[in-house]
Order: sequence, then C-alpha cells, then structure tokens
Amino acid sequence: MSAPLLEVADLQVWFDLEDGGELHAVQGVNVSLEPGERLGLVGESGCGKTTTALAIMGLLPPNASVSGSILLDGDDILAGGEEAMRPHRWVDIAIVFQGAMNALNPVYTIGRQIVEALELHNRANGTTARARTAELLEAVGIPAGRAQRYPHELSGGMRQRAAIAMALACNPKVLIADEPTTALDVMVQAQILELLDALCRDFGLALILVTHDLPVVAQLCNRCAVMYAGEIVERGPLEAIYHTPGHPYSRMLFAASPDLAGLDDPVYSIHGAPPRLDRPIDGCPFRPRCDSAFDACSVRPRLEQLAADHDAACHLNSGVLA
Amino acid sequence: MSAEPTLLEVEDLVVRYPIHRGLVGSATRQPRRNVHAVEGVSLSLQRGEMLALVGESGCGKTTTAQAVLRLVDPVSGSIRFDGRNLVPLGPRELRPLRRRIQVVYQDPYESLDPRFRVRTAVEEPLLIHGLGGSKADRAARVHEALSRVELSPPELFLDRYPHELSGGQRQRVAIAAALVLEPDVLVADEPVSMLDVSVRAGVLNVLDGLRRDGLAILMITHDLSTAARFAQRIAVMYLGRIVEEGSAASVVRNPQHPYTKALLSVVPRRDPRDRRRPQILQGETPDAVAIPTGCRFHPRCPIAEERCAVEDPALARPVSAEAGHQAACLLLPLQT
Repeated sequence: MSAPLLEVADLQVWFDLEDGGELHAVQGVNVSLEPGERLGLVGESGCGKTTTALAIMGLLPPNASVSGSILLDGDDILAGGEEAMRPHRWVDIAIVFQGAMNALNPVYTIGRQIVEALELHNRANGTTARARTAELLEAVGIPAGRAQRYPHELSGGMRQRAAIAMALACNPKVLIADEPTTALDVMVQAQILELLDALCRDFGLALILVTHDLPVVAQLCNRCAVMYAGEIVERGPLEAIYHTPGHPYSRMLFAASPDLAGLDDPVYSIHGAPPRLDRPIDGCPFRPRCDSAFDACSVRPRLEQLAADHDAACHLNSGVLA
Repeated sequence: MSAEPTLLEVEDLVVRYPIHRGLVGSATRQPRRNVHAVEGVSLSLQRGEMLALVGESGCGKTTTAQAVLRLVDPVSGSIRFDGRNLVPLGPRELRPLRRRIQVVYQDPYESLDPRFRVRTAVEEPLLIHGLGGSKADRAARVHEALSRVELSPPELFLDRYPHELSGGQRQRVAIAAALVLEPDVLVADEPVSMLDVSVRAGVLNVLDGLRRDGLAILMITHDLSTAARFAQRIAVMYLGRIVEEGSAASVVRNPQHPYTKALLSVVPRRDPRDRRRPQILQGETPDAVAIPTGCRFHPRCPIAEERCAVEDPALARPVSAEAGHQAACLLLPLQT
C-alpha cells in the first residue's frame, strides 16, 4: 500500500476556558487519508469534528493547545509550529467553510480575492493570475465574466462555488469541506456535491467532508470516521459502517435520518446530548445514551479492528459477551 | 368525501410584495413591479392531518404560511378556517381566531426570549390572550403543555432559561408555548432544520403524536425525506404555485411532475450502495419578479416542449396517478 498522503496520529486539542478550566475537544484522533480518497468525518455538534479540521489547517484560536502529529507526505507539519505549517496551508491543504459569506471579503470582487491568493503564494502575477482566476472560476461552474461581482451579488450556491475556487487556487492535494452544503437548498446542495465529486475525480483531490448529514457522506465518500466526544469511535468503508456497524452510535445516527427508501421505517432520536468535554469522562462516553450498554462499559473502550480497515471502539465487539 | 367539514381551506391565494422603485424610479415613472410570492395557491387541511409544503427557497411556501396566519395580506383569494373567511376580517375580529392557529418557527434560539424561564415563556401566550383563569389554572396548563411535548418531568424544566436547554428541548418549549392555547392548526416552519440530526426525530415524533391527537399541522420544509415520513399529504411548490399534490406515499413513490422527480432524485440516500444518478437542475429558482411565460418551470425543465413556453398548466389528475393526486404539467396524459 502506498504511504498515506495525510496521517494524523494521536491528535489532542485542549482549549483554555475563561474560568480557568480546560476543554479537551479532541482526545487522541488517528486518521489517515490516501491520495484521491474521500473521507467523511461525521458526528453531532460538539464532537470535535471542526476542531480536528482546524487543527489540520493550523487555524486553531490562540487559546488552544495541540499535541500529536500531523504528517503530510511523511513530514510532521505540527511539530514545527506555525513556521512548519505556513508553507503548506492553502498550498497543500485548503478548507471550505459552511457559510461562504464569512470566507469571502465583502468589499472586494471575487476575482480580485482569487488573484490576491495567487499572488500571495507566488503562484502567478498580473495577467497570468487573472487568466488562472478565470480558469478556476470556470472549473467550479462560475462563468468567468462574473469575476467582477462582489460576494453579495451572488447567490448562496455561487458564493460557495467561489469559496471552493479560492481554496483550489494553489492546487492543494487535500480539500477539507466543513459542512459545505448545510446552509443550502436541496437542489443547490446537489449541485455543490456534484462539483466536489467532479473535482476529486478530475484533479485527484483528496477530500475530508465534515458533516452531521450521514446520507450526504454515504453518497459522496468512500470511507467514514464517526466522532463522538472528541474521539473516533468507528472508522472504515461506508458500506461496512452502514450495513455492519461496529458501534451503536453509528447505527443510531443512521437510524435518526429519515430515508426515502424506507418510508414506513420508524425514525429514532438519540436521547440526551453528548457529554461535556471540560471534565473527565468516566467509562465509555456514549454509555448514558446507548441502547446496548452493559457492565463492561464502565471502562472506556479503545478502537479495535473488526475487519481489514474497519475499527470500532465498543465492548460489544470484544468478545466479552461471547 | 368525509362528512366532517374541512378545517382550513385556502383557495386561489395570491400574495405579492411591491418593490420600491426609489426616488429616481418614481420620478421617471418606471412601472411598479411586484414580487409574485404566491400566485393562485389552493390547499386544504383536515383535523388530524399533516400537510407538508415542500420546495426550494423562494418558492412561496413560507409566504403561504404567513398568509394563513394572517401576518401578510393577500391580494386576492380566500382562507376559510372552520367555515369563516379570514381574509376580510380586521385585527379585532381576528384576535380570537389567532389563538386557534399557532406557529412554531425554525430557530428555537431566536424564538425564545433569553430572559424568560420556561415557565414564563409557556405561560405568556395565556396572559396575552387573557386565558387560563387563576394562577393555579395557568400553572396546570403550562404543566400539561410541557408533558405533551415530552419534556418530562415538567418540574425539571419550569425554572430553566433557554441557554440551559439543548436545541431539541428549546424547540419543544416553543411547541409547548403554541400548544398551551389549544390551537386547532399548527403551522410548523422548518421545525427541525436547525437541530442536530440526533434530536430531529424526537421533535418530529412529538409533532406526529399531536397530530394523532387531532391537531392539524401545516409543515413547511425543504426536506423531502422528512415530509415523506411524517406528512399524510405533500404539496410541492415552485415559484408561487403548487405543481404537484397528493398523498405523501403517492407523491414520493409515483411522482408525476418533472420538478418533483428532480427534487426526489437529489435527496441523498442513507445506503451507500443506493447511489443513483441525481437529475440535477441547473441554476436556482428564478426571480419571482419576472415569472416565465407559460409553464413557470419550463426554463429549467428537462422535458419541456415548445408549447410549455406558451400554455400555463393547471393542476389535474394524470392517468397514472391515484385519486387525489394532481400535477400541473402539459405533457402528462390526463384522466378523462
């Protein structure tokens, strides 16, 4: 097997809180990404998905402390601090956020913002930069003539496309998309997902799709990592996680999304809420909400291999019952 | 037809919002223009029924709901509630009727006053409408409303502030504040789209339970899987018109209108093996200021013919649809 493009190992993130406490947002995340692979990072709000994404980008706020390693093509970009991260940010790894309005500067035209990104990273200047901008806009489905438009003159879907064009300015190898379609209408969502699909196919881009919407992941990604309470509780190929889930949380998340194929299936909610991360967690973090918890769950389970490339952190798999 | 009269019947509803021409516009006598938000919508709702109004942003589904709530004034059409037309009524006559048609909005973070405890938030509508009798009676009603939305035990929630509640719990409080007035109709405008997936089903199951107890619910949503699972009937809106309407199962399993077919095809499926080619419509819903001629869907329609740009189709029952299932498309052979 080829070496992974991106390898995150034992990633930990703490936030210092104003009251002097600490919030352990990411608790030992291990995840790897092959070139051209599409990984879905799923879970409820507050499970550490976005914090993981921001840590990979080196964009965490100043009150965060990070440990672990993030290997890009074998080099640790986390150990060297900002100095080591900067040459790779936007160049090798880029990110698109949920509200594209926040990623775009409202007082500049979208064309100018992409030109600026190209010039800042010494990718192109002047006429070449403008030609490249036109190319990028066309690649994401915006007619090049609209480069002179301001963000507020574009619809939500078009703004998201412009944000994607800007993220692609330096030909990154990895694109992180954080809830890229959550604020959009169904048809526009489908257009953006089709675009991401085409970009991965045509440019060999590796994708990390951060979302709480499992059906979107099921349609676009080939692998999936399910996060709960700051850690990955299951990871593997999507088919395996949907058809033979190794963690009750994954199974319950799928059962919570209504589906057109099963009109008469009951739709279940998961009672309660994820645990607070500003205090230590005793035992399995999902235990209070789990429908299959038993004695062993008072000890926190670790990720264990269920099959090749399919791991889950649940005592139900460990043969204790058998 | 059932013997029970229809609870809510909207007929030929038209709502337009005028566009300000500005000083230069009026001085140069430019024509007055309107946003044609709703252009001839008819729908009906029975007790114990949930009707889902489905469509993209800007299709007029929220405006339709606002007209039913009499928060906007229709240009024409009628809204009959329990046998009475609401359109000609003034504020004074509407007041006692407003109690009976309540609304729950999308964002429970915005709709609850952060300074009000749950008790106060749910009690306030009673005070406003001068209902509920003594303090003890009101407390009992608040208690009952909270149990109906499954915030149990209610004592645990009465003294909490919104910031101490999860999103799902806040939305339940908002529903309780609507229920405390014992309405006949509940308008739910995207009631779960701001909530985490894990708690959506809980709120939807609460609404489903209320419907089974006889409440009529008009649900506005852009999520077809939710509509298909929880509503009895679905009406698909496009640019101010209902283009297809029928029982939820019939619309989802046997869609007739090309717009409904496209909308259904882009709904992501849970099963990764169930990947199908979505039929993606390009562009976005056109401007409701300049409505296309003929069939308003024809510029985006994958099967449009020449006559679609000329003739405006009406809702009718296609040959291959069951009774009560209608679509507005010129190319569908109709039941004779």
